Amino acid sequence: MPTYRSIRDVDWPLLIVTLVLCGLGVLQIYSATTATRWQDAWWKQIIWIGSGLLLMWIAASLDYHALLNRVPYFYGGAVGLLLVTAIIGNKVFGSTRWIHIAGFTLQTSEFVKIVLILLVAKYLSDMKAQTLEWKDLAKLGGLVAIPMLLVMKEPDLGTSLTYIPILVCGVLMAGLRWRYLLILAGALIVILPIGYHFLKPYQKDRLVSFIYPDRDPKGTGFQVIQSKIAVGNGGMWGRGAKESSQTHLGFLPVPQTDFIFSSFAEEHGFVGVVIALVLYFLLIMQVVQNAQTATDRAGLYVCMGVAALLLFHVLVNVGMVVGRMPITGIPLPLMSSGGSNTWSIFLMLGLVNSVRLRRFVN
Amino acid sequence: MAIIQSQRRREEEISPDGLVRDDPKPAAAKIAVFQYLTVAVFVFLISGFWNLQVQNPDVYSEAAARNRIKSTPILAPRGRILDRDGRVIVDNKASYSLLLNRDQIKWEHLPAIADALQLDYNDLTARIRRMGSLPQIIIKSQLTRDEIAWVESHQDVNTYPEMQLIKSWRRQYPQDGFAAHVVGYVGEISESELDSPAFLDYHQGDIIGKDGLEREYDSTLRGIDGQQRVLVDNMGRERQMLTTQDAVPGKDLKTTLDLDLQAVAELAMNDKRGAVVALDPRDGEVLAMVSRPTFDANKFTGRISRTDWDEIANDPHKPLLNRAIQAQLAPGSTFKPIMALAGLETGVIDDTTHFHCSGGASFYGHYFACHLKGGHGDIEVHRAIAQSCDVFFYNVGNRLGIDRIAEYADIAGIGHKTGIDLPNETQGTMPSTKWKLRMSRQKWYAGETISVAIGQGAVTVSPLQIASALGGLGADGEWFKPHLVMGQKSVLLRNGNFKPENLEAVVSGMYAVVNEGGTGRAAALPNVKVCGKTGTAQVASSSLTKGAGLKTAMANNAWFVAFAPMENPEIVVAALFENGQESYNAVPIVRDVLKAYFDKKERQAHPEMQSTQWVAPRILGQPSARATEIVQ
Repeated sequence: MPTYRSIRDVDWPLLIVTLVLCGLGVLQIYSATTATRWQDAWWKQIIWIGSGLLLMWIAASLDYHALLNRVPYFYGGAVGLLLVTAIIGNKVFGSTRWIHIAGFTLQTSEFVKIVLILLVAKYLSDMKAQTLEWKDLAKLGGLVAIPMLLVMKEPDLGTSLTYIPILVCGVLMAGLRWRYLLILAGALIVILPIGYHFLKPYQKDRLVSFIYPDRDPKGTGFQVIQSKIAVGNGGMWGRGAKESSQTHLGFLPVPQTDFIFSSFAEEHGFVGVVIALVLYFLLIMQVVQNAQTATDRAGLYVCMGVAALLLFHVLVNVGMVVGRMPITGIPLPLMSSGGSNTWSIFLMLGLVNSVRLRRFVN
Repeated sequence: MAIIQSQRRREEEISPDGLVRDDPKPAAAKIAVFQYLTVAVFVFLISGFWNLQVQNPDVYSEAAARNRIKSTPILAPRGRILDRDGRVIVDNKASYSLLLNRDQIKWEHLPAIADALQLDYNDLTARIRRMGSLPQIIIKSQLTRDEIAWVESHQDVNTYPEMQLIKSWRRQYPQDGFAAHVVGYVGEISESELDSPAFLDYHQGDIIGKDGLEREYDSTLRGIDGQQRVLVDNMGRERQMLTTQDAVPGKDLKTTLDLDLQAVAELAMNDKRGAVVALDPRDGEVLAMVSRPTFDANKFTGRISRTDWDEIANDPHKPLLNRAIQAQLAPGSTFKPIMALAGLETGVIDDTTHFHCSGGASFYGHYFACHLKGGHGDIEVHRAIAQSCDVFFYNVGNRLGIDRIAEYADIAGIGHKTGIDLPNETQGTMPSTKWKLRMSRQKWYAGETISVAIGQGAVTVSPLQIASALGGLGADGEWFKPHLVMGQKSVLLRNGNFKPENLEAVVSGMYAVVNEGGTGRAAALPNVKVCGKTGTAQVASSSLTKGAGLKTAMANNAWFVAFAPMENPEIVVAALFENGQESYNAVPIVRDVLKAYFDKKERQAHPEMQSTQWVAPRILGQPSARATEIVQ
């Protein structure tokens, strides 16, 4: 059996693009944090990437069908962990997202993404009907909503929102009647304004300052304005590594995590931005290509879930950097500094490889 | 059975369009949609970067520069104001000002800052709102030592980082209002000035000349502020010095004023209301200019306190008025030399024409009294000037008619601004038939001419105008534009082209005023031929004065104008003593200034005679030593 688990069958283009993006990220973290209290973030990131590669290989080795069959346990474990995080988790930046495991601080909500990708894939591939019924939508929606609400409660609206594209992409791939789609879209339009009232004041401020960044340039609009200034300051060719004033004089908030792409854009300009975005495009397209070659629906759903999640992350994070998306505090995959996020992305890419390695079976 | 079952299973797995449910192929179209969506997302994102980095990079690089570069003004000192000998009248003293950096201003800090520095909170917020694109605003200058200490202990990053102390210059004026009117004062540019196009290059918080020479020569005196650019981080901490552009100090203004004469004139006017002007009639240089009551210009530098302002603005005697150029009062008998010249030049009289003064005369059904109740008897022009006989000039005026009087008064500059280089000079009034028609659409009545003939009625002048007018008569009928700054070319305003013998007759009459037992005999000086003319001008009609029984408020204004030496006058001095009752009260003022002038000339001509250092007289109640200090 292990014959097809040859290293030659790994998705090399995907891995190369991934490693180039990780490299850009490490360089940018290094540049952005020199002489700050985060100056050792770059080598920590290298460790995260190295261990991430190991996790990816492990995930690729496992048969995704085996994982799918254990989804109920994963799901139960994930919800349980979220509850534990809520009870004993660390308060960092005012929200309880992290949990200590053997000296590491892990953000549980990042790994819930993988569980949900598997959950959606399992549920939809087990379905016999050609299209989804209301009953299925309600069941699946409810299953995704439980961890979502728990994460939202942390409060981490940004990460909880990343669960939505997994569900939406899966449902649309599985097939949804036009009528259902229209009804859902209509319901969304009605629910969104109501949902606004349930947001926390700082979350409302972020939305308001996204629409009117100049209203309070010293307050919540500050980050949007400073990010746009950083990006614009980069111009066509960029200011050069470590030459960016917005990053190095501290005007840019968290330039090694959420705003790493602002810092990158300031130092490497439009040219650098296009190169990086093309790499992200190739990454997503490569994941989609694995979905197309998957032998079964389950594999397709897994790959598309990963692709949708990556696309959402890039859209929201990079959109935020140029002021075209509200500030949600979600990191840029592969480039942003941080262990949980890096690991979860590598695990997802491992799942994609697991699907790829098994495409010639049957 | 098994076949049927298997058949059933197949039916379950086969969807209505005949494909196996687990086959991923039907999703191909949906995946294509996802791919197009991905392309759209990336185009959307790249267009965002295109917009910021390629289309508007300048906007953002400038914004980034504003973020990181803190530029602090280096204030340029204003030029000093010097007298004709280079002695300092107005100097600068180093002090500290507090400015707020706009980008760091937090509204919640302002009440505490306003409170600690005793600023009006509403005024402060209003000024900050008006800042516009200015990076900083000076909110208080001339901080006291306690205020500096408070700022230094509260300007850290965690308290009020918007505060910044800068070195500034405080204008130092002479004490107790010495030369206050001519020098003027500086103050913060006002909102209305900022709105006017004349102040386009000025910013809020700028200190500008508000009055006097400070205002007239603001562009000369003001320097160009420099700038220090420092690299700062997001907490406002200074990281690196970038560039320093030094301030260009303003140019010193060397005036024609003579501090010695000014000091004497100030002293002579002590406790009086009125003005003194001393000019050189040969070129129009102003040697001294005093106005009383005065004010302390030091209170105006920067932002004047409300109570100080109210006190000065509500003073009924209007201390801010520069009476030397802004008083508009009847010249009284000081007008008579002009009348005499007009009479002689037009030929209505000659130097032998006699009129009989019996203490008054009737014209057009009205009785006009002479100031000498007993009358002057038969009197000709020389004695008429010397004795200031009203009846003689009533007759001259009656023969001339108002328009011919106005013609000669015009040449002497009555009713015209002299054009002195000070703001807000008034032009006074010289009535004529045209003037009356224009003002009240009424005909001129010949009876009105009689009052005008002795400098009453509608005629009004400022001390500067009458000094210039009579000085011009002494200087061969040539009038030069009065001016206060050295090095300007003298401007000949008018040349009367009078007959020399007529001018001589008038001047000899004025000589007699001082030297032949006339009304101004107290102005006589040894070795110098002083010519002058007194004036006792009614403030209102005498019947009104009597009826109201007022003594000082309506008391006559005393005038004296004199020039010397007679043949080629170098100085003309006019003194106005408001409510001085009798003209001889104004004479000593002029005498003191003339004496000081000729004494100084003597000293300079014979430096070996100067045994002791000159000591200024007591000025405004200050001990002599202090007065010397003020002057030197």
